[in-house]
Amino acid sequence: METLRFISDNLPLIGSLTLQHLGIVSVAVGLAVLTGVPIGIAISQNERSARIVLAIAAIVMTIPSVALFGLMIPPLSLIGQGIGMVPAVIALFLYSQLPIIRNTSTAISNVDPALREAAYGMGMSSWQRLWRVELPIAVPLIMAGVRIAVVINIGIAAIATYIGAGGLGSLISRGISQSDSRQLLAGAILISIIAVAADYLLYWVQGRLTPRGLRQPAPSSAKEAIA
Amino acid sequence: MIRIQNLCKRYGAVTAVEDVSFEVQEGQVCVLLGPSGCGKTTTLKMINRLIEPTSGKVFIAGRDTAELDSVTLRRSIGYVIQQVGLFPNMTVEDNICVVPNLLGWDKAQSRRRAAELLEIVALDSSLFLKRYPRELSGGQQQRVGVARALAADPPVMLMDEPFGAIDPINRDAIQDEFMRIQRQVNKTVLFVSHDIDEAVKMADCVALFRAGNIEQFGSPDDLLARPASDFAADFMGSDRILKRLRLMHAESIARDAGAAGIAVELDRDGRLASQVPLRVRAADDLRQVLSAQLAKGTSWAACLDKDQRFLGVVLQSDILANLTQDTVAARQES
Repeated sequence: METLRFISDNLPLIGSLTLQHLGIVSVAVGLAVLTGVPIGIAISQNERSARIVLAIAAIVMTIPSVALFGLMIPPLSLIGQGIGMVPAVIALFLYSQLPIIRNTSTAISNVDPALREAAYGMGMSSWQRLWRVELPIAVPLIMAGVRIAVVINIGIAAIATYIGAGGLGSLISRGISQSDSRQLLAGAILISIIAVAADYLLYWVQGRLTPRGLRQPAPSSAKEAIA
Repeated sequence: MIRIQNLCKRYGAVTAVEDVSFEVQEGQVCVLLGPSGCGKTTTLKMINRLIEPTSGKVFIAGRDTAELDSVTLRRSIGYVIQQVGLFPNMTVEDNICVVPNLLGWDKAQSRRRAAELLEIVALDSSLFLKRYPRELSGGQQQRVGVARALAADPPVMLMDEPFGAIDPINRDAIQDEFMRIQRQVNKTVLFVSHDIDEAVKMADCVALFRAGNIEQFGSPDDLLARPASDFAADFMGSDRILKRLRLMHAESIARDAGAAGIAVELDRDGRLASQVPLRVRAADDLRQVLSAQLAKGTSWAACLDKDQRFLGVVLQSDILANLTQDTVAARQES
């Protein structure tokens, strides 16, 4: 109850922290999609490069977030951005690479070889094949990777408060330092709710982006097809 | 129309196709027949340059295909594969319109073409145009696959075991369907198959492959009646003589009833007025006729045309005599 009262008493503050939190995550994941998807497509053509790139992305993923934030302070201080939003966005961007690259390259290399042969045999160029056939079919799996990246990053972004990036993590850090369980719980609960909500929202987007011919369950017209 | 000249494909030390030359006339169906790994599919794919030949040339309508851009070349050749390969993200209509779109046809024109082609492959365009591939049965998918390959009206079609994944009953129907379509569109077709019955049924000429070479090239009847080697004889099967029955039709050996010593009564329109033990259609092949004769225990059948008019009698002794003669092909052509 105390926690709920704290939330309702501090709605404007909580609102702006939530926006800040979501801002960091969306900028980071947005940039990660712009780089991760092309990288994923590129490495799907070559197994060796795929192994190397995925190994690097996996190693990045294992660096504890606090350590990564710390590591970035000295170099970024040179441009006066040692703490704050910039290192937070960079860290989350790096953490997003593994799920996005891995899902993209898996999705593309899982496209039925018969479709690839048909596309080539009919006279599509590599680009046309990618745009008209492979990417539309790969979209659901790529989006699943984006969802994973978003959910992970909503959690990790909470820690970015320690390098002054703001966000809902600041409720938790203040709650700990002031031994104020209301703030701590409010932060933790809100982060969880946002993560779950974002996952659902993106699941819906994923459904919308999936070509109709690939959506499950089959539309009712499938029954007529059998008849 | 298509001339293949000393075509060869090597992968390192392995030779997939050694030295293949043959020619297919315009409007003919040529079946590349042989056991798996004999080089027939590799040969097919060298025609649309999905596989680049190590050496040798392919001429289509007199033009050396190596001089064309490979993408342009492929857009001018229909291609059908066993797995069909319909794009699941596109409707039937969009699938058929792929090549017209690549060629930059007007939208309305390619849509009209899609509807027209569905009717040609015997699918109701009002029902199927907006469907997705996974809503179709295997046979329906392959019909769409054929329609898609015909979309830009290419003079040449390459088909890689197109009906191999369809169950035997539907396969027979879709083969008949394809033969009907082929009579309508009159393409030059190269067709890979390992099924002798399919080859006998569809081919004007057969290229029998063995270990990267052509073992024998000729009409289906040539291969059945006059196999050039033990391999060819083995491959065509110990019942190859019986398979020749499929190449001849009742009307070609129907003879006058009186001369055969059989009395039949006809009405004024030339239709049968008396009882006969068995009636067969002019277009029935001799395998069907013989099988029906054996089933009915009769040695002759009355052969009737489309309008039920009497053409003559088909004698079992004539059928058997024909099997042992070497003149089947000659008679069929005349």
